[in-house]
Amino acid sequence: MIRGVIALLALAWVPAVTAETIAITGGRVLTMGPAGEISAGTVVLRDGRILSVGADVAVPADAKIIDARGKIVTPGLVASGTALGLVEVRAVEAAADRATSRNDLSAAFDAGYGLNPDSMLIPVARLGGITRAIATPAYKDRAGRELLFAGQAAAVTLDGAMLMRRGVAMVLDMGDAGAERAGGARAAQLVALRAVFADVRDYKVRRAAYDRGATRDYMLSRADLEALIPVVEGRMPLLISVRRASDIRDVLAMARTEGLKLILEGASEGWRVAGDIAAAGVPVLITPIDNTPASFEELGATLGNARRLAAAGVVIAIQGNGSHREREMRYNAGNAAANGLDRRAALAAITINPARIFGLSDRIGSLDPGKDGDVVVWDGDPLDTLARPVRVLIRGIDQPMRSRATELRDRYLPAVLSSANGEKP
Amino acid sequence: MGSVSKFLRGSGMRVLAAALSLASGVAAEQNDARGEAFPSTYRPAAAPPLAIVGATILTGTGVEIPDATLLISNGVIEAVGAELAVPEGYVRIDGRGKWVTPGIIDAHSHLGVYPSPATPSHEDGNEAVAPNTADVWAEHSVWPQDPKFRLARAGGVTTLMILPGSANLFGGRSVTLKNVPAVTTQGMKFPHAPYGLKMACGENPKRVYGSKGRSPATRMGNVAGYRKAWIDAADYARKRDKWEKTGKAGDPPKRDLQLETLAGVLKGEILVQNHCYRADEMAVMIDIAREFGFSIRTFHHANEAFKIAPLLAKEDICVATWANSWGAKMESLDGIEETAPMIHAAGGCAIIHSDDGLLIQRLGQETGVAMTAANHAGLSISRGEAIKWITANPAKAMGIADRVGTLEPGKMADVVLWSGNPFSVYALADRVWIDGVPMWDRADPRYQAPSDFLLGQPGQDFAR
Repeated sequence: MIRGVIALLALAWVPAVTAETIAITGGRVLTMGPAGEISAGTVVLRDGRILSVGADVAVPADAKIIDARGKIVTPGLVASGTALGLVEVRAVEAAADRATSRNDLSAAFDAGYGLNPDSMLIPVARLGGITRAIATPAYKDRAGRELLFAGQAAAVTLDGAMLMRRGVAMVLDMGDAGAERAGGARAAQLVALRAVFADVRDYKVRRAAYDRGATRDYMLSRADLEALIPVVEGRMPLLISVRRASDIRDVLAMARTEGLKLILEGASEGWRVAGDIAAAGVPVLITPIDNTPASFEELGATLGNARRLAAAGVVIAIQGNGSHREREMRYNAGNAAANGLDRRAALAAITINPARIFGLSDRIGSLDPGKDGDVVVWDGDPLDTLARPVRVLIRGIDQPMRSRATELRDRYLPAVLSSANGEKP
Repeated sequence: MGSVSKFLRGSGMRVLAAALSLASGVAAEQNDARGEAFPSTYRPAAAPPLAIVGATILTGTGVEIPDATLLISNGVIEAVGAELAVPEGYVRIDGRGKWVTPGIIDAHSHLGVYPSPATPSHEDGNEAVAPNTADVWAEHSVWPQDPKFRLARAGGVTTLMILPGSANLFGGRSVTLKNVPAVTTQGMKFPHAPYGLKMACGENPKRVYGSKGRSPATRMGNVAGYRKAWIDAADYARKRDKWEKTGKAGDPPKRDLQLETLAGVLKGEILVQNHCYRADEMAVMIDIAREFGFSIRTFHHANEAFKIAPLLAKEDICVATWANSWGAKMESLDGIEETAPMIHAAGGCAIIHSDDGLLIQRLGQETGVAMTAANHAGLSISRGEAIKWITANPAKAMGIADRVGTLEPGKMADVVLWSGNPFSVYALADRVWIDGVPMWDRADPRYQAPSDFLLGQPGQDFAR
């Protein structure tokens, strides 16, 4: 048992390596930035950042060369709504830190604390080309105290350092789940939210009075009220999970009157109100393979959602299939492309779009000089099941191309091969 | 397996026998392991003969034939090959640039028993009131209106095994369905497919019953539960056999639905479909099967099967698993992408299954992930072999390999025409035939009709 734990730690340990100068040469570079696509280009990384990108850039004499001829080079993928760093085994309470049931922590709950950079999920996601993620909190309701907000999301780096930026969004479920928490009705949640936002605005100008006990009663704790100030000021986006077309309209209306900045998540029926979403300038995080009428709030779910939202001018980011299965994100983007979304738009939906949506595009999301050196080299189409990443770099550092899963595979593969050979003398 | 295949070939005789005994008033004494109860009413419509010409064909027998022709007549595969002439009167379908495979078979589905939308009103997959509910049959929970049947059809799935859930040690009987639109479950039932018995190892039964303060609360409790049940089943089977062998003199022993199903396993007529993640637990289950003289047909999910791949190959037990799923619970922590390919490489029967209403729509892609990962790891898996994991091998696991799973002459003409390489994310099922009858056409709304449930519902105004 102890030996197993040590082995696990040893595996997850990423030694501190100084970023060197690296030139990735000769690949088809999909920069996802102003340089567009370069059919045979070079990407130079120095001190963890992108130094230059182009067809004719000079390769520094001291550069380590990664030969990418015949390969595809993209920015590192950005997973836009995960439990990476927060969950090891979903069904094991002690290994899950994504949620709290504390009474006085909802909006104030911050996924940027308590991150585990040694998580065994991280190498698995990295082998899917993912270099950054948004770690989002989840709900853990208790009877009699249902939380309004799940808490704040954090941007994380999958290289062992983890926290990149705190408070990139405030997470809130609406629709069926939100209604359930608010006492069973959509109207109750909408009214409660407006009351909470009014409380926050009141509190913001009466902090001293609040501390003297000289204000009216607020619905939330002091910590929660504090956490919501950037939300009511429109600085921190409210990341709202919502599915039904009419719910999306209600959310857009609420954001308009309250002056909130929005990101929608889920939005299975988003295509039905795509024009409204586009007009409001609200981005949407979707799982494009979600096409079953899984609940009464998504009877209109369809594989055409991504294509139709994008066609209406909505900025979309495409999500993976949840913590352990984030690596399927690129396949989800591929499925969106198979169902009509432009392939370049599908790649944008897992790179530059999530970076922009979460305010991180100054650092990541495209291969532009000055940005962080997050680069993936693929042996084929990054959206396809038939291709794999062959190199993953984060902040200019070559990442190990192994995970606990590949170690397990390699331990048992020899026995399989020898048994197969034994049967065919 | 032997007795099952014999039964399949002799099914006509048995139907006749059933009719005769019904007439003589002893219907209640039918052995329902053999499928006479709730008989299939599915009858394929007549369809003109057709030829798919110029496609890349994966036959399901290990072969990839470029620029090939497939002939279908009378609902069965007539011929497949590279230089086939198209006979007069055949509907000609241009397959150039496209791919053809046998209809996809999902060996693990809960469509209909956990339908969409999910509501307590029709979540009927787990009779989680007792650890042994071998008496329940999944077909009595299937809601044929589940909109996911159509979505699975659009993903090329032509046959699927619907299993009870894994709350119980013995969850009940599975049912094998043809993925055809029907008002009744009998209208979807695969004619004379053998039944399966869903069993479950590990965390689920011990959690469900342990939390109710009753056995099983541990894995050793699980094993005691299986063994007690098999002791009772052996006793029941012995008494029934004795009564039958002694000229059916006197009153027959009273039928017991639970023991009848277990006895059906002991006779080899019902196939054990065992949810089991861990290698050590699979080895225990193999020993239990040996102790009571039955065989396990398939381990399902089986994330750790790669650790005992040679053993499973030797025991001829299929492994139905995923490429991508792992880690939701402790028993699935060791899941890797290459489980199916490693089973295959050891000479075993590898299957990629869905257990999910989204994954069932893209089993080819999941297989592509496993194949590609394996080839990166140094295995050498061809497309011709990999397609077996979602065609021929699930057919074997479900006891219907003599009728579906490959494009060999005489088999049911369950066929998919793909827009491209079926292991790629870009492949869409352009057309699907079941028993030679068109059942899905991506370009023709007549073959895309949603289930009754979705009629008049929001958002149904274009092809989904």
